[in-house]
Amino acid sequence: MAERMTIHLSVWRQAGPDAPGRLVDYTVEDASEHMSFLELLDVLNEQLVGRNEEPVAFDSDCREGICGSCGVMVGGIAHGPQRRTAVCQLHVRTFSDGDRIVVEPFRARAFPLVKDLVVDRSAFDRIIAAGGYVSATTGGAPDANALPISKRAADEAMDYAACIGCGACVAACPNASASLFTAAKVVHLSLLPQGHVEADRRVMAMVDQMRQEGFGDCSNHAECEAVCPKGISIAGIARMRRAYVRAALR
Amino acid sequence: MPPSAKSVLQAVASPVGRKVLTGLTGLGLVLFVIVHMLGNLTYLQGEDAYNLYAHKLAGYGVVLYALEVGLAAFFVLHAYIGISIWLRKRRARGGRYAKYRSARAPSRQTFASRTMIVSGLVLLVFLVLHLLHFKFGPGIGEGYVATVDGEQVRDLRRLMTEQFQSPLYAFGYPLVIILMGFHLRHGFWSALQSLSLTSPRLSRVLYPMGAVLGLIVGAGFILVPLWIYFSQFI
Ligand code: FES
Repeated sequence: MAERMTIHLSVWRQAGPDAPGRLVDYTVEDASEHMSFLELLDVLNEQLVGRNEEPVAFDSDCREGICGSCGVMVGGIAHGPQRRTAVCQLHVRTFSDGDRIVVEPFRARAFPLVKDLVVDRSAFDRIIAAGGYVSATTGGAPDANALPISKRAADEAMDYAACIGCGACVAACPNASASLFTAAKVVHLSLLPQGHVEADRRVMAMVDQMRQEGFGDCSNHAECEAVCPKGISIAGIARMRRAYVRAALR
Repeated sequence: MPPSAKSVLQAVASPVGRKVLTGLTGLGLVLFVIVHMLGNLTYLQGEDAYNLYAHKLAGYGVVLYALEVGLAAFFVLHAYIGISIWLRKRRARGGRYAKYRSARAPSRQTFASRTMIVSGLVLLVFLVLHLLHFKFGPGIGEGYVATVDGEQVRDLRRLMTEQFQSPLYAFGYPLVIILMGFHLRHGFWSALQSLSLTSPRLSRVLYPMGAVLGLIVGAGFILVPLWIYFSQFI
């Protein structure tokens, strides 16, 4: 039988971008330990609606850890305390009965707050638009082995392609740097032959866009890797730097 | 086509260029503090060793001068970018978190990494005072003369002894050095990561090496002042 838990939440409430915000305390009683953290917020919202109060706004879509829509600070950690887990996949059983959990939006100047826990992460879209694509016509699926890609390159590209663009790296970084996100995109594409062609232009343009969006510098705290729901390694950032220097010298 | 001057400048000022420069200058400074620390230890090798070492060093003339200018440039650049990284980070966060904590390993966010700006600024102020006291401090003209190998040289040993007999210097100096140890703790590995000279595998060795380096260099620097201070009582 599912264990029922009482969870106290301090949730950041802010009516709009320029409205003042503050933490508001709520209690959800009788929460199932098998709920996801977002379902816990759903239950809270049902209560709020029942009391004729404004529900807490937060983003989510797939709720299976693959779309990157969700993302809040749970207890001071982006996506909460469980490693390699997006907050939609975080379960209430991770916590203890009677815990008080602070829930805040991802904070970065480049991620302006929209409402409550919702922030505008379109800065990431603009970084992608600056070069995070392959413009060569690659045609249909190539014949098997017609385009040899080493197992290592394929594996590594896949590791970086796992980035879901949730923004946890920025939220957790003491400097609000977007280096891990940008690096994941740069490295994933340049490891594959189709992406290789534009590698130089891509890394220069994406790094430049990252700067223009007002993200901070990287100080190698590696906090991003620790909160990344996909466990993307900061080795990618080192690779991006190497690619950048190479491109700049060419 | 070789890159244009403008694009090179742009690259240097980019988030990547800034990290590469911080790392490069940082490693240069690490090398310098190691040599400096070893030089200080000659104080313990008897009466003449330290003055002789300083004298020999001065004998390099133009080469030393060039090195000093380069070193100063490294310091200035390193401090400048470090401060600007801190300023930019304050702007980049926007609002403050009511609650924030590190997710811990593989995070390398530590007391040392969070306080780079503090340890760095203290070192900067210290450096200015330190240069005024020693490098541009009293010399032969002011009577600090020693004879080494029949030659009259600046008596740095006496200057150093006098300075560190005061408790303010004897204990203030180690405090600064401890902060430098913390700076190295994060800085050494961070520089290697900034220069893409490490990998997750290598980092398992190189990251702890930052702590070892901080400890060894720190201990080496602290030894002499404390030695001087306490030996005046025996
Ligand atoms: S809602 Fe899609 S990743 Fe969490």
